Amino acid sequence: MKTKSLALLFILGLAILAGGLLLPQWMSYLFTIAMGKGLVVLGLVLLMRAGLVSFGQGLYYCVGAYVAGMLTQFAEVTDILLILLASISVSVVIAAIIGLLLCRYREIFFAMFSMAFSMILYGLLVRMQVLGSTDGFNVANPSLLGWAPGPEGASDLVLAVAVFLVVSLGILAWRYLNSLSGYAGEAVRENEIRLEYLGGSVFKVVYVKYIIAAALAAIGGTVTALVSGHVDPEMAYWTTSGEFVFIALMGGTAHVAAPIIAAVLFEALRTYAFAVAPYTWQMILGFALLAIILFMPSGLWSLVERFQNKKARKTT
Amino acid sequence: MSALLKTVNLERTFGAVTAATDINVELNSGEIVGVIGSNGAGKTTFINMVTGYIQPSGGDILVRGESIIGKSPREVSLAGVGRSFQVAQLFQELTVLDNMLIAFGFSVDRKLSFLNPLRSAEKIEKAQAVLREYEIEQYTDEVVSTLPQGVRKLLDIAMAMLSNPGLMLLDEPTSGVAIEDKFTLMDTVMAAVRKSDAATMFVEHDMEVVLRYADRVLAFYDGRVLADGPTQKVLSDPKVQELVVGHHLDLSDSAPATTKESGHA
Amino acid sequence: MKQLIAILVDGSVYASWLFIISAGLTLIYGVMRILNMSHGSFYALGAYSGAAMVGWYFSTGSVPWFSFVALIGAALVAGITVGLLVERGLLRFMYGRDEVVMILVTYAVLLIMEDAIKLIWGVEPYFAYQPYTMLGRTKFAGLSFANYDFMLIGVSILIGLALWYGLNRTRNGKLLRVVIHDREIAGALGINVSRIFTITFLIGAGIGALAGALTAPGLSVVPGMGIEVIVLAFAVVVIGGLGSISGALVGALIVGMARATAVHLYPEVELFVIYAVMGLVLAFRPQGLFAVANARKI
Repeated sequence: MKTKSLALLFILGLAILAGGLLLPQWMSYLFTIAMGKGLVVLGLVLLMRAGLVSFGQGLYYCVGAYVAGMLTQFAEVTDILLILLASISVSVVIAAIIGLLLCRYREIFFAMFSMAFSMILYGLLVRMQVLGSTDGFNVANPSLLGWAPGPEGASDLVLAVAVFLVVSLGILAWRYLNSLSGYAGEAVRENEIRLEYLGGSVFKVVYVKYIIAAALAAIGGTVTALVSGHVDPEMAYWTTSGEFVFIALMGGTAHVAAPIIAAVLFEALRTYAFAVAPYTWQMILGFALLAIILFMPSGLWSLVERFQNKKARKTT
Repeated sequence: MSALLKTVNLERTFGAVTAATDINVELNSGEIVGVIGSNGAGKTTFINMVTGYIQPSGGDILVRGESIIGKSPREVSLAGVGRSFQVAQLFQELTVLDNMLIAFGFSVDRKLSFLNPLRSAEKIEKAQAVLREYEIEQYTDEVVSTLPQGVRKLLDIAMAMLSNPGLMLLDEPTSGVAIEDKFTLMDTVMAAVRKSDAATMFVEHDMEVVLRYADRVLAFYDGRVLADGPTQKVLSDPKVQELVVGHHLDLSDSAPATTKESGHA
Repeated sequence: MKQLIAILVDGSVYASWLFIISAGLTLIYGVMRILNMSHGSFYALGAYSGAAMVGWYFSTGSVPWFSFVALIGAALVAGITVGLLVERGLLRFMYGRDEVVMILVTYAVLLIMEDAIKLIWGVEPYFAYQPYTMLGRTKFAGLSFANYDFMLIGVSILIGLALWYGLNRTRNGKLLRVVIHDREIAGALGINVSRIFTITFLIGAGIGALAGALTAPGLSVVPGMGIEVIVLAFAVVVIGGLGSISGALVGALIVGMARATAVHLYPEVELFVIYAVMGLVLAFRPQGLFAVANARKI
């Protein structure tokens, strides 16, 4: 069963890559954006499994994007691997500092403080003329190990890297969730007192998860920045983080593939809704959110599970 | 050699209320002590202080000669003090097996692995052996929140005992458990405790349970230790009978405290 | 000296504004344990309905002074009507759910209200400057201040007093305080908790809309204005301690003064300073300045 879902993930990755390369430009663009957001949401899901909802993942999403933008524009570093390395390092350092304060909090306080921290970044960025203030600035095309594919091939390169990241990080996350560290999240959610009396450090568990989630969000931000060729402070605005929460709830926390699939669905839905009725997109989201909370508390993945259960009943 | 546990003039106040005062207790390995007293007499306050859940307002607590004042529950537990709870503290929405595996990971392996699966065959085997010992193996795959109180209590104690704490504090192990199951539960728990040679304290309201399992009794009254000594002696103390037990106890037909009753096992 | 006066006056004005915005948020949390993310939308709703009504009122050429009644009346009617709709139509089915779930529910309400406002009033900005300019300006110490801003200080004091009186001197207020203190006991005492919840939400929504209406004359009413205030209001409320009205007052004063100082001395850190203050308070007093910590029982 578990190897099967792992294989499923792998095939899914290949299919998306093949599909993305064959599809028209605008669709593969959306796919890549969805992969980026899916990675952010994957991190958010790690936190949610520990009972923590962050309304501030936009902070690291934005950090990852700005690191990519600044490196390509101001330092003339375009190598995608170096950029990823840099954005991971920067986000981990920031998360390690903010986490010291934030990881003492739970529930609504965790949610709102994480939001406040992302708003600090937003507040700083809109005032920074050097970085284009509210308009942001453009990101140059990336290269890989000296190979610079130019404007046409750059988006394909980012897509390939994004799919590779999604599959490999997805597998890592899947193994992580099945390890003691992964289960420690559920332990924190269910009973912190018990965990402390077992000799486990609740703070450490939450802190590590927070940092991992930050790194994933930064990677997602980098991918988004590189494929869209533009960054702006909106990425740190709390409504961006709210969108991630929405995608996470939509997919559910039961499986590492759920956030990625949910992100793809979300982007497709958004493109469609924007074209049909531009002023009702948020309203649609709002009603969908209510519907999910009321009728599908474990997200879309619960449909998959329902299907599996049905199948299991038939075979026995 | 210093005592396993020693409290010196231990005191705790909550605002104007004195929950515990003047508590001087010593405990050594292998001792099994029943803690009695009416509600609000200071039993749970005492246990909470010894396990770091609340800090005393005054006095000192020494575990193997070292003070644990200012230490968190986690640090106290790492110093070899285990506890169970009046209301079992478990990972409610996880299965019994996962509860046990997490407990193993944190209190025995002590290594927060990132990529090795928690549910490896070898670990599951170890966890099941413990569940077997506590006679709750048939619940392995059940979700904890669906289980009867007695099973949860046993799991709670089993998880706390995994790290072989030298000192084990059981806060009302039989509360919420059906009368007919009390002795079965205590037999199982005491067998495990005796095997590990831990010094054990258990808070208990049922004097029959105290008589049967305790070598020694601590009687709390109004935040103080009213009496401390061998079970028979303390329970036959008229002052204890009047203030703590609330009625006259007939001790003549009870089994001697230290022998284990086999009829209920 | 001049700068100091400017900071103090601006700070007080800003603090009054913050207090009006956050009073409703903290009241609803204190009683209902719901951190109402849609509070900002009620603020926007009040601003839009107030501004639209004022615009219409002046187009009829009636007595200018009554425009205040139009402004506030429209906002309160809109706020309370929509509040009733949200509370009776949605929230009451969710009581007893996890606080985090309630954040998500009210976040959904915010999303819906944001677009509903756009559908009703469009995306072009609204202006209702007349009440603002009508009151004129006062000059002292070589500085010029809008009288409207002083009125704002007055209104916030009135709201503060009304809340204090309502909570401490009326029967319903006392019942409300029982609910804040211990919901289970309140239920056991036979207090109609559900009714208290409805009333509380309506008061909170009403004050939120009122805050929007009072702000409208001073700036342009644009889409998204409600989204910005919710984070701000949260920062204010959390400094004093979530759920405490006096906490909201102190939080508003601290943030108001801090921001005014920043605006006059270091304008580039304006937004940053608000959250920095919040961060500092929380680093040293995690429950906020006024809330009492409660330990979990075992």
